[in-house]
Amino acid sequence: MDDTILEMRRITKTFPGVTALEDVSLAVRRGEIHAICGENGAGKSTLMKVLSGVHPSGSYDGEILFDGKPMQFRGIRDSEANGIVIIHQELALVPYLSIAENIFLGNERRGRGGLIDWNLANAEAGKLLASVGLHENPVTPVIQLGVGKQQLVEIAKALSKKVRLLILDEPTAALNDVDSAHLLDLLRALKEQGITCIMISHKLNEITAIADSTTVIRDGRSVETLDMRSNEVTQQRIIRGMVGRDLDSFYPDRESSPGEEVLRIEDWTVRHPVQERMVVEGVNLSVRAGEVVGIAGLMGAGRTELAMSVFGRSYGRDIRGRLFVKGREVHARTVAEAIDNGIAYVTEDRKRYGLNLIDDVRRNVSAAALDRLSRLGWVNGNEEIKVAEASRQEMNIRTPSVMAVVGKLSGGNQQKVVLSKWLFTDPDVLILDEPTRGIDVGAKYEIYTIINRLVAAGKAVIVISSELPELLGMCDRIYTLAAGRITGEMPVAEATQESLMELMTKDKELVG
Amino acid sequence: MTSIKTSSTERPTPSDSTPAAALHSGTSDLRALVLNNLRQSGIYVALVVIVALFAVLTDGVLLSPGNITNIVLQYSYILVLAIGMVILIIGGHIDLSVGSVVALTGAVSAVLVIQQGHPWWIGVLAALVVGVAVGAWHGFWVAYAGIPAFIVTLAGMLLFRGLTLRVLDNISLSPFPAEYQKVAAGFLNGLLGGNGFDAFTLLIGAIAVAGYAVSGFRTRVARIRYQQPVESFPLFVARVVLVGAVIMYFAWQLAHARGLPIVLIILAFLVLVYGLLTRRTVFGRQVYAIGGNLSAAALSGVKVRTVNFWMFVNMGFLAAVAGVIYSSRSNGAQPAAGNMFELDAIAAAFIGGAAVTGGVGTVVGAMVGGLIMAVMSNGMQLMGIDQSTQSVVKGLVLLVAVAFDVYNKRRAGTAR
Repeated sequence: MDDTILEMRRITKTFPGVTALEDVSLAVRRGEIHAICGENGAGKSTLMKVLSGVHPSGSYDGEILFDGKPMQFRGIRDSEANGIVIIHQELALVPYLSIAENIFLGNERRGRGGLIDWNLANAEAGKLLASVGLHENPVTPVIQLGVGKQQLVEIAKALSKKVRLLILDEPTAALNDVDSAHLLDLLRALKEQGITCIMISHKLNEITAIADSTTVIRDGRSVETLDMRSNEVTQQRIIRGMVGRDLDSFYPDRESSPGEEVLRIEDWTVRHPVQERMVVEGVNLSVRAGEVVGIAGLMGAGRTELAMSVFGRSYGRDIRGRLFVKGREVHARTVAEAIDNGIAYVTEDRKRYGLNLIDDVRRNVSAAALDRLSRLGWVNGNEEIKVAEASRQEMNIRTPSVMAVVGKLSGGNQQKVVLSKWLFTDPDVLILDEPTRGIDVGAKYEIYTIINRLVAAGKAVIVISSELPELLGMCDRIYTLAAGRITGEMPVAEATQESLMELMTKDKELVG
Repeated sequence: MTSIKTSSTERPTPSDSTPAAALHSGTSDLRALVLNNLRQSGIYVALVVIVALFAVLTDGVLLSPGNITNIVLQYSYILVLAIGMVILIIGGHIDLSVGSVVALTGAVSAVLVIQQGHPWWIGVLAALVVGVAVGAWHGFWVAYAGIPAFIVTLAGMLLFRGLTLRVLDNISLSPFPAEYQKVAAGFLNGLLGGNGFDAFTLLIGAIAVAGYAVSGFRTRVARIRYQQPVESFPLFVARVVLVGAVIMYFAWQLAHARGLPIVLIILAFLVLVYGLLTRRTVFGRQVYAIGGNLSAAALSGVKVRTVNFWMFVNMGFLAAVAGVIYSSRSNGAQPAAGNMFELDAIAAAFIGGAAVTGGVGTVVGAMVGGLIMAVMSNGMQLMGIDQSTQSVVKGLVLLVAVAFDVYNKRRAGTAR
C-alpha cells in the first residue's frame, strides 16, 4: 500500500545571503519510518522546520500536501492541529515541572470552571507513559529523569496531541546504546499503530536497521530517496549519496613539512559533567609543528568535549589521561595554565564563547593575553592599540577602526578577531573548532590562508570540522571520532569522504 | 606631519580605507563626537540641563556657595557607594546590602570610639576591617558557592541590619569626638589665607585643572605616536577649558563658603583611583570581560572566581568608607542608618549608563548619575517640594535612563 501521507514539493527556503533549501521534494508513505540523512548543515533541520510551521507559510516557496490536501501552516500550533508533531534535538521539556505537566503544557486538561483537573491529567499521563513503556510516576519532575527517559516523555507528549506524523530530529544523538535500542523498538511499535515517522539521524546503522525509506539531502537539495526494503541499500550506498561532491580548488595550496611533535594526548578520558556516561574514552592523539591535523566526527561524537577538556579542563569531570606539550608532561587544570603552556582553543560558537560582543576589537584581541601588555597589573593602552592595529592589518579584519564594537562585524571578521586574540597568546598549538562555520565562502578562503600561514610559521594546528571536504582540503592527517572514541587515523592522501564517513558512523552495532 | 596639530586631524597610515577616514574626520567634528558618544555624553547633557533647570527654579540658590558645599556633604557617601556598585554592575552582579553595611560599620566604629573611648582612628580602622570582612563573606558565597549576588546580598541586607541592631543594642550612640566629625564635616581652609575666600581651595582647584590638562595632553601625544585618531586640537583645547572652568567655578564657590571639604578630597581620590583601576588595569579589564560575556572570559583564561571575589571585597571596603563618612556626618550611629542607600547607589550606576546585563558602565558615569540624583533631590528640597513628589520624579528619571540605555543597545544591534 503505497499511500502517500505527506508530500513536500519543490521547497525553496532562503535566509539573508544563504539558500538553505533549493527545490527540495520529499514524499512519505503512510505508516512508514522515513529517514532523512545528510551532512551537518545540509538543510535537514530547516526542511523539518518548514514542515512543522516553525518557518511559517509564505517564508518559503513550494507546497506541502498532507493527506492530499495543501497545507499552509502559520505556526507550530497549525501543524500540531493536523497531527504533525516535531521533537527537536534539544529537548523542549521544562526541567522542574512534572512529567504530566510537561505532557499537557499548552494543552492543559481543563475541568469545571476552566481550572486544570490534575487528577484527570495525571491519569491520562499515566496511560500515555505506559504506551511508550516508561514506568515512572507522572508527578515526577522531568529533571530527575535521564535523557533517554526524557525522550520518551517527549514522545508521550506527542501522542497526547493525537500525532499522525511524528518527526524526530536526531533522537538517539544523546542516548546510550540501551536507551537507543529501546527508542527504536518504540518507533517500531508506533509504526504498528499506524503512526508515520520521519527521523533525522546520523547513525547509519540505525537507519539501515529501522527505516523503510531514506531521503538523502546534500547542500540544500534532495539528492535521492532510497527504498530500504530492498537489500541493495547498504551504509556505503547512503554515504555515497551524502558526500557525493567533488573537492574543488577551494583550498589554498600548502607545502607540508611537519617537524617535532608539539602536542600529544594519551588515554584521554572525560565524563559528562552531570550524567554518568563517558563523553571521551581512551583517546590518543598527537600533532607536530607545521602540521594540520583534522578531527572528523558527527554531532555528539565528543569533538568539542575533547578539545575543551584538553584546554584547561573547561569541560567535563573525572578527566584522566596524560597531556604532553613539546615532549613535556603538562597538568593544565585551568584555562590560564593551558594558555601558559602554549595551547589555544578557538571555540565553536564565537558569539557565545569566543567574543565579548559589546566590547571593541581592541579589547577582544587582547583579552586572552593581557599580561603581555601589562606591568604590575597596569595595562599599556597604547601598546594594546598597536597590537590590535597590527592584527587588523595582518588578518585583514574589515572594520573602520579597532575601536569598533565587535558585535557589528560580519561573521568572517568576527572569526578573524577571535583568531587574532589567540595568536596574540603566542601559542604552540591551536585547536580550531569549526573555524569556518557560518561565514561566507570568501571569508572561508581567508581563514584557510591564515591557517596555512600559521603552519608555515611552525605552529601546530588541530581542526575540528563537520565539513569533510574542508578537512580533506586543509589537513595533513585526519582522526575520526565516534561516540567519544578514535575510530581511525589516516594521512589525508589515503582519506576519502566515504572512508571517513564510514569510520565516523562506526558505532557499536545495536541489538535489534 | 610637521606638528601635532596637523597630524591630529588625519590618520597618518597609508592604508586608509574609506570607512576609517570617515570615522576619523567624524571624531574631529563636535556634532559627530556628541552623536557617536550619545550614550556617554547624554548623561553630561542631562546633568547640565538639570543643574540649569534647578538653578533657574530656585533663583540661583542651587549654585550658591553654601548650597554647593551642602550637596557635597550630603551626597558624598552615596557617590562612594556608587563607585563600588558600578563595578559590581559592570561585572554582572549587584549589592543590595550596602545600606546595612553602612549602618554596621558606623555602629562598630561608634561602639569603639563613643562607648569604649578608643581614639578616632581605631574606629575608622575597625569599620574598614568589618567592611572588608563583609565583602569577603559576600564574595565567598557569590564566587565560590555560586549563589547569585541578588540572593546573597539580599540575605546580607537582613543579616547585617540585624547585626547592627545587636551591636548598638537597639539604641543610637552619639556624639563622636571632634576629630572623628571632621572626616565628613571638616574643611581644609585658611591654610594660605585669602581675602574673604579661601586661597588654598582655589589652589587645589587649579592643581586639579592643571593635572587634567597635562594628563589629557600626554594621552593625546601618546595616541598620536601610536597613530590613533584623536580629536582636533581646537576641540581638545575647548574641552580642557570647559572642564577647567567648571572645576574652577566649583572651587571658587567652595572657597567663598567654608573651604575645601575633607570628604571631597576623599571622594576625588577614590574617583581618580577607581577610574584608573577600571580603565587601565588588568583587573578592571577582567571585570568588563566577565560582565560582557562570562563564558568567553572564562575561556580566555580570566580567573572568574577570583575576580568576582575581589569585586565584592572592594564593595565591602567602600561601603565601610561610606559608613565612616555617614556616621561622622550624622555624628553618631543609629540602628536605621543607611536605609535604602543601596537603591540610590544602584540608581546612580544605571543613570550613569551602566547596563542591566553587565559589561557596560564607568565610574565617572556613575558619579554623574549620582550627581543628577543629588541635584534633583537638593533642588526639589530647596523648592519645598514634598517627599512624595520627589520620590515619583526620581523613580521616573531612573526608568527613563534605563529605557534610553535599552533603546540605544537595541539600535546598536548588539543585544542578543
